[in-house]
Amino acid sequence: MSITDIQNEIIDEFSMFEDWEERYQYMIDLGKDLPLINDQYKTDSNIIKGCQSKVWVHAELKDDKICFTADSDAIITKGIIAILIRVFSNQKPKDIIEADTDFIEKIGLKEHLSPTRANGLVSMIKQLKMYAIAYQTQLN
Amino acid sequence: MFNVEDIRKDFPILSRQVNGKPLVYFDNAATSQTPQQVIDVIVDYYSNYNANIHRGVHTLSQEATDKYEQARHAIQKHFNAKFAHEIIFTSGTTHSINLVANGFSSILKKGDEIIVSALEHHSNIVPWQMLCERTGAVLKVIPMNQDGELIMSEYDTLLSNKTKLVFVNHVSNALGTINPIEYIIEKAHQVAAAVLIDGAQSCPHIKPDVQALDVDFYVASGHKMCGPTGVGMLYGKESWLKKLPPYQGGGEMIAEVTFEKTTYAELPHKFEAGTPNICGGIAFGAAINYMNAIGFDTIASYEHELLEYATNKLLEIDGLKIYGTSQHKTSVISFNLENIHPYDVGSILDKMGIAVRTGHHCAQPIMDYFKIPGTVRASFSFYNTKAEIDSLVAAVKKAKMMLA
Repeated sequence: MSITDIQNEIIDEFSMFEDWEERYQYMIDLGKDLPLINDQYKTDSNIIKGCQSKVWVHAELKDDKICFTADSDAIITKGIIAILIRVFSNQKPKDIIEADTDFIEKIGLKEHLSPTRANGLVSMIKQLKMYAIAYQTQLN
Repeated sequence: MFNVEDIRKDFPILSRQVNGKPLVYFDNAATSQTPQQVIDVIVDYYSNYNANIHRGVHTLSQEATDKYEQARHAIQKHFNAKFAHEIIFTSGTTHSINLVANGFSSILKKGDEIIVSALEHHSNIVPWQMLCERTGAVLKVIPMNQDGELIMSEYDTLLSNKTKLVFVNHVSNALGTINPIEYIIEKAHQVAAAVLIDGAQSCPHIKPDVQALDVDFYVASGHKMCGPTGVGMLYGKESWLKKLPPYQGGGEMIAEVTFEKTTYAELPHKFEAGTPNICGGIAFGAAINYMNAIGFDTIASYEHELLEYATNKLLEIDGLKIYGTSQHKTSVISFNLENIHPYDVGSILDKMGIAVRTGHHCAQPIMDYFKIPGTVRASFSFYNTKAEIDSLVAAVKKAKMMLA
């Protein structure tokens, strides 16, 4: 599936929730369920320090696609990471570079991407794009 | 007679909604809200007499200068400083601290010692570290105990003839502990060390008397005392302020300028280079007058009531731990739910219209001490109510249910 298709699928899923509580409960469950990263990659070099919560990101190139794994110490942050990974992992570097993240606003989680939240997510998205640019250069 | 419902009418922001819920503002330790009386002063300034001060002969400049100096006198009176020129307007506590730290860079020598406390805000750690790097002085730290109190016996052993400066906050921003500054000042003076007290967190609750304390420097911010952001004060004993070199060069701080030599202006202008935050200074004075009209004894006793009520209610929640359990505290509660990250709790509280601070509160050494990533901090002001605390407690229970 393309990045846009996955984003639309997520928007559809979230449109079924009636209020913030259902949205947040879903995010929390996502955060709880997923083993997001292999412990060996939870290193200091993979860490993105926010003022509030920490985020770890690891990237690998498999064939011509990038596989992302990530984690956070805060569960709501982790839930959002799960969504970001669903969108951006197993995609071609070029597509990741060109993708936007407007869908986050459409699913009512915009406040978590505000710089004042300082939860590491803004830096995480930047980091995902940086990996994509780096791998794109490699593939060229 | 103190009536919180009447007081709340002074604060227009308290009637707004957040995420469809009535705002419950419990982030007062970060910044306080502004009463209409202070907002009116700001509007009046820009509507009627906005002008640069201490320079013009025209009427507007005279009026602005008079009001600005009246504000300085209001602050002097509030802190009971001996002279008005011992009150320096700054952009806030951080600026005040840096002004003093910079001044001491020409006084300190290699091997001199500076004492800070384990309870400090980053703004009261970093300038001293920078000062130590510049001068070769050594930074010593007064440790704290499990209740979040400074250990005075350890402080005694750190003091020596090498100690030149002691910097401690009056109240910890992360935990709310009120530090025994009378003792700290007295002991420091016995070894002839100067003392700076950071009053950013105490001044919203306590009225310090700088002469009775015999403190050398005392600093505070306007925006934590119902005033605007971007303005604060430095109190310094006249003898110290005369000794310290100017911090910034510019207009206002000079007496005479030639290309060969500049002579500096008298206090307080020596430390007030450039056009200051005139409106902010005047509004800061108005805020101090507003709080004094209510009365600091009244404020402290009501806030203590809120603190006790909230502490008891929150502790009824299973798995909730409060950090900072000193008997001497301002109305601040730092807490965590067992195995739940403070960011998650804060996010859910925000959805329910409750504003708290989460994170390390710019006091990472304290968080490292307790081995936690941060806390949720609820800080109460005299315009908060027990009903709002009930909303907080209900919201924390809900967060626990959703996150556990």
